[in-house]
Amino acid sequence: MESIILQLLNGLDKGSAYALIALGLTLIFGTLGVVNFAHGALFMMGAFIAVTLNMLFGISFEVEDPTRTDFLGNVMMVDTPYVVYWFGEGVGNWLIDWSVPISVVVAIPVMALIGIAMERGLIRFFYKRPHADQILVTFGLAIVLQEIIKAFYGANPIPTPAPEAFVGSFDVGQLLGFDPFAVMYPYWRLVYFFFAALIIGLVFAFLQFTTFGMVVRAGMADRETVGLLGIDIDKRFVTMFAIAAIVAGLAGVMYTPILSPNYHIGMDFLVLSFVVVVVGGMGSLPGAVAAGFLLGILQSFASMSWIIELIPGINQVVIYLVAIVILLTRPRGLMGRKGVMEE
Amino acid sequence: MSFSKVSRRGVMKTGAATGVALAAPTLFTGAVWADGHTGFTNAPGDSSVTLGFNVPQTGAYADEGADELRAYQLAVQHLNGEGDGGMLNTFSERNLDGTGILGRRVEFVTGDTQTNSDAARASARSMIERDGAIMITGGSSSGVAVAVQGLCQDAGVIFMAGLTHANDTTGKDRRANGFRHFFNTEMTGSALAPILEGLYGSDRRAYHLTADYNWGWSQERSIRTYTENLGWETVNSVLTPVGAGDFSSYLTPVANSGADVLILNHYGGDMVNSLTQAVQFGLRDMQANGKDFAVVVPLFSRLMAQGAGSAIANIHGSTNWHWSLPDEGSQAFTRSFGTAYGFPPSQAAHTCYVQTLLYADAVTRAGSFNPCAVVEALEGFEFDGLGNGPTLYRAEDHQCFKDVLVVRGKENPDNEYDLLEIVEVTARDQVTYAVDHPDFVEGQLGSCNPGA
Repeated sequence: MESIILQLLNGLDKGSAYALIALGLTLIFGTLGVVNFAHGALFMMGAFIAVTLNMLFGISFEVEDPTRTDFLGNVMMVDTPYVVYWFGEGVGNWLIDWSVPISVVVAIPVMALIGIAMERGLIRFFYKRPHADQILVTFGLAIVLQEIIKAFYGANPIPTPAPEAFVGSFDVGQLLGFDPFAVMYPYWRLVYFFFAALIIGLVFAFLQFTTFGMVVRAGMADRETVGLLGIDIDKRFVTMFAIAAIVAGLAGVMYTPILSPNYHIGMDFLVLSFVVVVVGGMGSLPGAVAAGFLLGILQSFASMSWIIELIPGINQVVIYLVAIVILLTRPRGLMGRKGVMEE
Repeated sequence: MSFSKVSRRGVMKTGAATGVALAAPTLFTGAVWADGHTGFTNAPGDSSVTLGFNVPQTGAYADEGADELRAYQLAVQHLNGEGDGGMLNTFSERNLDGTGILGRRVEFVTGDTQTNSDAARASARSMIERDGAIMITGGSSSGVAVAVQGLCQDAGVIFMAGLTHANDTTGKDRRANGFRHFFNTEMTGSALAPILEGLYGSDRRAYHLTADYNWGWSQERSIRTYTENLGWETVNSVLTPVGAGDFSSYLTPVANSGADVLILNHYGGDMVNSLTQAVQFGLRDMQANGKDFAVVVPLFSRLMAQGAGSAIANIHGSTNWHWSLPDEGSQAFTRSFGTAYGFPPSQAAHTCYVQTLLYADAVTRAGSFNPCAVVEALEGFEFDGLGNGPTLYRAEDHQCFKDVLVVRGKENPDNEYDLLEIVEVTARDQVTYAVDHPDFVEGQLGSCNPGA
């Protein structure tokens, strides 16, 4: 039972990452009709905003420590971060320790700008082009972006830890009446799940309860009619692209303590997220979120050792098997609408 | 296959030379090769000789590849008489005097393995056929090493393996033209097991997470054999896909499996992620079966330790070499490398540097670049002064036998490079296994191939 609860938590955690990325993907697809293969790169760039801020806070000057020697036997040069020198030990070390949560605040405007630049600079020229062209150009863009990141940060994963307060595990089992230490789950993964739920809630609330959101939803349902009503839907769609970029970026920022990011992290998530979007139903926001959690949980359970022993390799293919079954039985996905990608 | 320097006359010469060699294989020894064998692939001219450095310049091991390349460049400088000479000054053989190899200036070309066997073979082939490389060296994966070793055997050039740890490289996939200085998973098992017994006793239950490819299987088989011989029980062994990223689904069953030791048969990014996540899940700090839970990483690397950060504290594993070794050779290399690049070398850098020097020395002793002369010079070669103490290149399998290090992740490192501390230097005799060891007995070296 403990194992099942742990795998359920794992699934929700994985699912929240899938759901966040798929939400942005489907927002872009639903509003702009663009199949954006560079969306994983936005997740990666979010992760590297956290890495960059962590590195910036860590920029140091060297002071000689005559009592110690370095690996060559020379006098040891001890690093003192500028933030510690400027703001004192308390504030300086807090900034370094809390660099990931602080990156969330930084990532919002940065990702919005990246999103707008990507849409205005490249994507908009492909609105009326076939989906194959869109896939090629956005996939190319994703490769360029990841190579740029690799050139600056190298190929190895860069550890970007969570704040000290969130290191360690929470005894979830005790809340549920199990023995102590039976169901331990890392604090930061729980934080990630609640953060994802908050972001998803905010995006839905924005679309549901604002006039802007109403117009966007109308545009997603019938772009032509909204245009005929005299509403410049394109302007709103730029904003939606920026919002999708922010959502993907924030998902990346908060994921860094879970998985040390490297240049390839976005591509690793992209393919799965596309499956999530297709299973959820192209253009369906609730479908993307539901499918994200569903596939996350399934993937997690398929990784249990007795299931792998029973069906070797199932952990690698379960998501795709489920996708095949769902698409055979519900060709538009779980919550897909008629007419989307069917013209 | 065609080589750019091959001519009809060359083929005839080579054919004649090979015929003579086959007719009287035992007549040629040592310097006699210099006169007896002139027809071989990419025979260098009088002024320079070209070596091919085939390292991962892109992909997951690019940082490790960059360190290998730095070491190769340093080795070339030292062979050509530039810099401080590094290990040339400590090498027990005094044949290398900074005048290149056999009086020819050493030049090099580089290839990108991409940590992919096909890409690695393509780049090695290009360096041999287009650039005239007479020796190929490098790599950071056993799959790549085996693939390139086979290619070099067929092409008739020497392959001096870089970082490759699976038994197969000098086991079932060994080749006469290939040589490995790096240790292997069998040696890791024999070096690590006594330390694990001392630390955790003989009544333990182990859970293995294993990278699902050649090296992972080899590592698991070796460490499992040795720990089970100690009396440890293997509770479970789960294969994980390479590059899984998030190992949480594989780690969560561990806590309730009845195991009290987790053995991570992972390397590279997988090791960084699985270890970091194991620590996040509290495995390093928990208790199981009334004992402190232990995490073991059989193959440690300083570059990977940097990626895992504080998660490596108190984690034990093995490594081929470490810059903090106090012997003259290690210190000379660390000094040269550190002065040139500002940080200490990795084990990958060390093995690549040493392999280059060993090749150059073998050519010098043989008096010929002919691969078969080099093979003969390296087989059964005993040397010292290159770190790891007295070392033997065993003739039967072309595997180096030397001391192996057991290391532990430091709890309070002084700086970003000071991450591992040496717990034990396991003596060469303890890690030497029989030629007919079951994991290695399948392989056949075959005959050396001079190519052309």
